[in-house]
Amino acid sequence: MQRFILKSKNQITLLSAILIATAYISKWAAGNTEVFTLALIVASVIGALPIAIQAYQALRVKVVSIDLLVTIAVISAFLIQNYEESAIVTFLFLFGAYLEQRTLNQTRSAIKELTEMAPESAFKQMENGEFVEVDVDDVDEGDLLLVKTGAKVPVDGTVIFGDGHINEASITGESLPVGKEKDSKVFAGTILENGTLQIVADRVGEDTTFGRIIELVEEAQDSKSQTERFVDRFSKYYTPVVLFLAFVVWLFTKDVELAITILVLGCPGALVIGVPVSNVAGIGNGARSGVLLKGSEVITDFSRVDTMVFDKTGTLTVGNPSVSETIYYSADSAEVLGYMASIERESDHPLAKAILEEIGEVEFSVVESTEVVKGGGIVANVNEHRVAVGNVALMEREKVYLSDEVKADIDRFMNCGNSLVLTSVDGELKVLMGVRDQIRKGVKENLRKLKKLGVKNLVMLSGDNQGTVDVVSRELGLTEAHGNMLPEDKSAYIKKIQSEGHIVAFIGDGVNDSPSLALADIGIAMGSGTDVAIETSDVVLMNSDFSRLPHALGLTKSISRNMKQNVTIAVGVVLVLFAGLLLSEWVSMSVGMLVHELSILVVIINGMRLLGFRLRK
Amino acid sequence: MNTINKIGENNMKSVTIQLETLTCPSCVQKIEVALKGLEGVDKESVKVMFNASKAKAYFDDDKVSVEQLEESIAKMGYEVKNSKVKSV
Repeated sequence: MQRFILKSKNQITLLSAILIATAYISKWAAGNTEVFTLALIVASVIGALPIAIQAYQALRVKVVSIDLLVTIAVISAFLIQNYEESAIVTFLFLFGAYLEQRTLNQTRSAIKELTEMAPESAFKQMENGEFVEVDVDDVDEGDLLLVKTGAKVPVDGTVIFGDGHINEASITGESLPVGKEKDSKVFAGTILENGTLQIVADRVGEDTTFGRIIELVEEAQDSKSQTERFVDRFSKYYTPVVLFLAFVVWLFTKDVELAITILVLGCPGALVIGVPVSNVAGIGNGARSGVLLKGSEVITDFSRVDTMVFDKTGTLTVGNPSVSETIYYSADSAEVLGYMASIERESDHPLAKAILEEIGEVEFSVVESTEVVKGGGIVANVNEHRVAVGNVALMEREKVYLSDEVKADIDRFMNCGNSLVLTSVDGELKVLMGVRDQIRKGVKENLRKLKKLGVKNLVMLSGDNQGTVDVVSRELGLTEAHGNMLPEDKSAYIKKIQSEGHIVAFIGDGVNDSPSLALADIGIAMGSGTDVAIETSDVVLMNSDFSRLPHALGLTKSISRNMKQNVTIAVGVVLVLFAGLLLSEWVSMSVGMLVHELSILVVIINGMRLLGFRLRK
Repeated sequence: MNTINKIGENNMKSVTIQLETLTCPSCVQKIEVALKGLEGVDKESVKVMFNASKAKAYFDDDKVSVEQLEESIAKMGYEVKNSKVKSV
């Protein structure tokens, strides 16, 4: 019975509205006060039922809820035969709850979209070798699964047969399909656009990358900030206090009407819902635009960041260096390039990779007695020539003569932020190459946006030499840049500026910078949904998209502003109502309820604005 | 000191219960208290998520069943959509 009443709350609300309308029509149109009173009595009783049941259930677990305040108020109004008030208040309360539910669903929609992308079924190979469609929960690690064109990959797994293209937007945010063949890794929640794959399940359900992202977002939207915990504690004692206050007022004034008006006015509706609403809408906006914010604590801290520390390689720069300039000092360049390539292809140094890419297809020669000079380069014998490839120090060691012209070239290259690769054959300098790590596209513009959003210090830390670091820093207009830094130097630096009172965000690749990520007030990983990035950071930028950073900062600032607005609205409404009660005549029980329900809608709609948040140009 | 718990740990399971959309933060409180009141439910682990409308808890399968957990929530007047149980 109880359950039936609660389930038909919406119908009850509608019925109560009809009854109230009937009452007033019959009074005004027909002057019939009997129908008027009867309709209002019925409306009061059926409307109060679900509220009273909820109040009773809460009381059983020792919670004094808003429902209880309203129930007592309504019953008292009923007893003093003010049926108008009792009917209207119950109706407003029920209708308000209905509107709340509708609008709340809106604020949660962004995250719902995400969870609905979760795969539901899979084709699993049974003992007889056939593939049968099963619920995704019935898939275990090690199962063999079939993925058809257009279907979602049900688990994280490895391709063992077939090939195709997969849209991994749900994991990486990147919408260009990625080719998959035998031994490729595939991720749950991604979509096979063409081809057919047979995969073996490596991780299933909540352990998949997608499952972890969903869990993370869900936990985040329900995590509580300090202010929120305070509001929670506050409202726990607030309701009993209001109840007590109303009782005291009644005791002294014997004015039932005043006492029950206080009960209704004291409902903390907008206060308890205001903050969670901003939270869920904001985090939803982030999730939809490739920014994962881990909870409301993160939002508060991030919105106050005044110093951002960037790792250079892979964050501000692309991360794979390429040859930017080449000067030949002799005519036999083709032959020399052949020697270079032959030596470099035996090395796994990042510079060697860049050089090989630049040289392209050549004839390789046999390389003998290779000697790797630490911090210098490589010396080897190729076609009975002694060939040295490396930096200036190596040339000096090899006693290669560097003319003034060459020295000028070297200076020029270094000033442009190049790492130098010189090649000598039989003690004579042949080629000078400048290798440079390109600055990521759009970084400069995005840094400017960050500054505009109020970040005072933009700092770059790098393991590269100071010269290279300075050039990048100048080009990007950074506040500070430090080179020759090991991971432990970076975290020491962060500790230092924190002790100076700065609130610091660190942005790195999440692999070798985890100490810094953990130490900073806000750690931001540029991982493409990798485990480490998700684990260690407070904010994850999907698909390593640097342009998401200003959006993330602007968003957190908006969210925390929004929360403050909602708390102000909620507290303000209560204050205004009480002032109205004390100083004037216009505040009655139903006016109080109406204003309360309106204020709840106002904070929800205010929170909803965050769903559409976009950084202004 | 928790010998009883230790023995029970072998049968500890985790459950995630999907509820109807929760609309009032005080619902969270009610459901939390209801779950914590059940014998065999690890009180520390009970977590009701308002926005996700989910309840999570660890429980001892020897002492209490998922059905009992669901029933206690239903008694509070909230609809249970589905439950996922995992062994720990």
